[in-house]
Amino acid sequence: MVKMVKHLKAVGKPSASPGSLPLLTLEHGAIPWLLAVALATAGPHAAHLPWWLSLLVGGTLLWRAWLWQQRRPLPPRWALVLLVIGSIAAIAWQFGTLLGKDAGVALLVVFMALKPMEMSSRRDALVVVMLGYFLLLTHYLYSQSIPTGAWLLAAIALLTAALIRLHGGAQPVATILRHALLLLAQALPFMLILYLLFPRVAGPLWGLPQDAYSGLSGLSEEMSPGTISRLTLSGAIAFRSRFAGEPPEKSDLYWRGPVFDEYDGHTWRARALPAKAAKQLPVVAGIGAPLAYSSILEAHNRRWLLALDIATRLPPDSALAPTLEALAREPVRVRTQFSFASSIDYRANVIEAPAILQQALALPKEINPRTRALASEWASRPPEKIAAAALAMFRNEDFYYTLRPSLLGPNAMDEFLFDSRRGFCEHYASAFVFLMRAAGVPARVVAGYQGGELNPVDGYLVVRQSDAHAWAEIWLAGQGWVRFDPTAAVAPARIEQGIDAALPAGEPLPMIVRLDSDWLRQLRNRWEAANNTWNQWVLGYNPQRQREVLSRLGWRDPDWRGMSASLAILCGLALLLVTLWTLPRRLAADPVQRAWQKYCAALKRRGIPRAEWEGPLDFAHRVAREKPDLAALTNEAAGYYAELRYGRRASNGQLLRRLQQCVRRLPPRRRKHS
Amino acid sequence: MPALASLQRWLFRLAPDEQLPIVLGQRRIFIVPTRAGILFAVVLMVMLIGAINYNLSLGHALIFLLAGLGIVAMVHTFHNLFGLCLTPGRVPAVFAGDLAHFPLQLENTRRQTRRALEFSFAGQATSSVDLPAEGRASVAVSFATQRRGRLDPGRVTLATRYPLGLFRAWSYLHPRWSCIVYPRPIRTALPAPSPTMHADHLHGDNGQEDFAGLRPRQLSDPTRHIAWKAVARRSDEQPHLVKQFAGGAAEELWLAWSLTASESGPEERLSILTGWVLSADEEQARYGLKLPGKQLAVGQGEAHRASCLQALALHGENGEAPESSRQA
Repeated sequence: MVKMVKHLKAVGKPSASPGSLPLLTLEHGAIPWLLAVALATAGPHAAHLPWWLSLLVGGTLLWRAWLWQQRRPLPPRWALVLLVIGSIAAIAWQFGTLLGKDAGVALLVVFMALKPMEMSSRRDALVVVMLGYFLLLTHYLYSQSIPTGAWLLAAIALLTAALIRLHGGAQPVATILRHALLLLAQALPFMLILYLLFPRVAGPLWGLPQDAYSGLSGLSEEMSPGTISRLTLSGAIAFRSRFAGEPPEKSDLYWRGPVFDEYDGHTWRARALPAKAAKQLPVVAGIGAPLAYSSILEAHNRRWLLALDIATRLPPDSALAPTLEALAREPVRVRTQFSFASSIDYRANVIEAPAILQQALALPKEINPRTRALASEWASRPPEKIAAAALAMFRNEDFYYTLRPSLLGPNAMDEFLFDSRRGFCEHYASAFVFLMRAAGVPARVVAGYQGGELNPVDGYLVVRQSDAHAWAEIWLAGQGWVRFDPTAAVAPARIEQGIDAALPAGEPLPMIVRLDSDWLRQLRNRWEAANNTWNQWVLGYNPQRQREVLSRLGWRDPDWRGMSASLAILCGLALLLVTLWTLPRRLAADPVQRAWQKYCAALKRRGIPRAEWEGPLDFAHRVAREKPDLAALTNEAAGYYAELRYGRRASNGQLLRRLQQCVRRLPPRRRKHS
Repeated sequence: MPALASLQRWLFRLAPDEQLPIVLGQRRIFIVPTRAGILFAVVLMVMLIGAINYNLSLGHALIFLLAGLGIVAMVHTFHNLFGLCLTPGRVPAVFAGDLAHFPLQLENTRRQTRRALEFSFAGQATSSVDLPAEGRASVAVSFATQRRGRLDPGRVTLATRYPLGLFRAWSYLHPRWSCIVYPRPIRTALPAPSPTMHADHLHGDNGQEDFAGLRPRQLSDPTRHIAWKAVARRSDEQPHLVKQFAGGAAEELWLAWSLTASESGPEERLSILTGWVLSADEEQARYGLKLPGKQLAVGQGEAHRASCLQALALHGENGEAPESSRQA
């Protein structure tokens, strides 16, 4: 057996054995690309990672860049192992687990930051890029907005460029980026076809970790002073609605959320109903034509659907609760569209379950004596009069509507009604309900949203978290539950025009709600309409939407087999197109050769074919003998060709042009007329 | 397994290339995913499951874009080879143990640069080259020689992973080329020159010792005899002058198989003879070569040296037909 000795002294760049993935040592110039990949894919996660982790990642990448710049050796492996173990332990301590969304992302980010530290071969670099692709996906766990989508494209371009740099050696950065963009442009048709036709599966495939839906904002299951006003500080969109006809007046837009009927002196909660009352179906009668509309709810991880008061037709898999709010069977965990019909004018639960009425009178004992005293003064009057008296008090006395109320002590209602008199809607609603109950009128607090703003760009009514509201309901014999909004008594502008009109200028409302200039408002409207389209057509493209779109394209009842087949056909077509696009039209010969062949072909048509073995000058001599009229031109052309082909002036553009012109200078052929 | 062999022959075109230049058409380019490509596919599958589970629409878009990128990368890798023109060049002879270089002229008629083209013989080192747009380049594919003789290196594998490394496209080139591999020289002292055998040989004419004047240079004159001082005095147009020598013993040196130690093996004896040829040539001696069954007359100069070395290289072979890959 002869010992094989591999000589690496070749003319080109030497490398390892062929066939296997080259274990090339990584080129020095490729490392900045990989660091950029790490930064671009791990960097944006800094927004929701613990600060120490971001610091660790940033520091590690900077360290690696410094090592690269100084051409220093990488740290020893045991140090890296220690660093990895330390980071994993710290992540486990920080998140309490290593599973789940946040901890998983944190682990990936750590690996991404540390992998460049032991990157010595092309294979390591490939691992970095693949990890980068994976990390890109994790960004969408947190945001799928239009800017994130744009970032997707930029980051993929960068990752692709890094791969090109890895496999193509040193090239100018602009060349690499242009090539990467070209590849992406050619990949886009495939993406569109796949996006449209890939059979969608409704997730989740298995149970999601606990923290999958953390960080969603919206109304909560209880209300204490400050709950609603805190929510009001967010300009985020809660839902969008589109009415089949004209939307009703702003003052009629009460979107019903959770109903609170249990008070402990500080917090309002929804009490779990006794089984008998829970079984009783609500009886709702609409007066006047129902309004049809559909709402696109942002995910809020609660069951209530925020239907307009009061819902008479509900979407599938939902029902009216005994307390009259529309509830879905499962919490709303992804942005979903629901269709309703509602009547603004209604009679609800004229006959009410005794358990519910009893609960609507319950109060904690021995607090708020002054409020109770006031209520007992009114107790002899009929319930409508009591409510009117309470509203008149709010309207006529010195109450303020503000986002910055005073802090309240144990006798919160007394302090609010008789001392501070500064409050937000939750204060007025709970004080009103307390008064009513103390006066013997069944009453409860309803939370939800009030109002909304019509976006003229796409015709959707946009309801934001800043439109969050709380109001009251009392039960009147023969009329059922009737809405009373004490906030309307204090600040009528809140109900008629919206929160920005109701609050004085100094209040800390979000910028997006309080836009003074028209063009800013218009810009916001356009942006939000674009977002709405994005949400519906890009993010909301689920199995159901897919069927809708395909049937609109004339494909009735598409199934996954048909979709897969058409997917394969269309991808094949796209592949063919891309191949044809990148294919050179014809394997173009040398331009000099081509020009000379063209000239010879022209002479052949004139009756003097050049023999295969004939050199240019020999051919010119023969032409001079046989066709003296073409002698000069052929001599010239042969001279150019010989000079370009064999002479010192090879690849001379001017000479080539002259040769090409010779063909055109040939005299026209004489037609053979008989 | 004749069926399999013929299938392989048909599939991979094992027959030597007769037509030159070799143009790579789709018929002879093969392409398969690399390990990185398979890893990429696995990563995409895992990402797809994640995107379905978390209902990430943009995640779907990302995965589909990457899948498209993979397909496009396949086309580009294929095109990196497609339409490439290759012309094999003359292979310079080497000594056994050295690297033989098999030159290829590459021509690119496309407007795109073809990058990272990797050439190698089976089990040999890889040479990679970038071919500029509408340009030419040359590459020497190296082969580590081990023994003397006529070397048929077999086929060259031309492979590329550019641009993304997810696919490897390759083609087999099998030009009819061979390389003369001289025996590895063993330097020992030259044998004693024998007196001239031919009485009519002109003495003192073309000796090496005494300066006998200048004459115009002929192409066969070694450069070290050029009279540089005289050349410097004359103008460029005139031919260079060479120094002429006379006298000395214009002895004839016979490098004979029989003079080598008979206890050595035949290859070793050939190596010793090779060393003698080199030494004799360096000393400007006139020498002849005697091998069993072959004799080269006394001579001098490059061409003589080459024919002696070739005779040593091909000793024992039936000089004409190259034996297939006797080195590998």
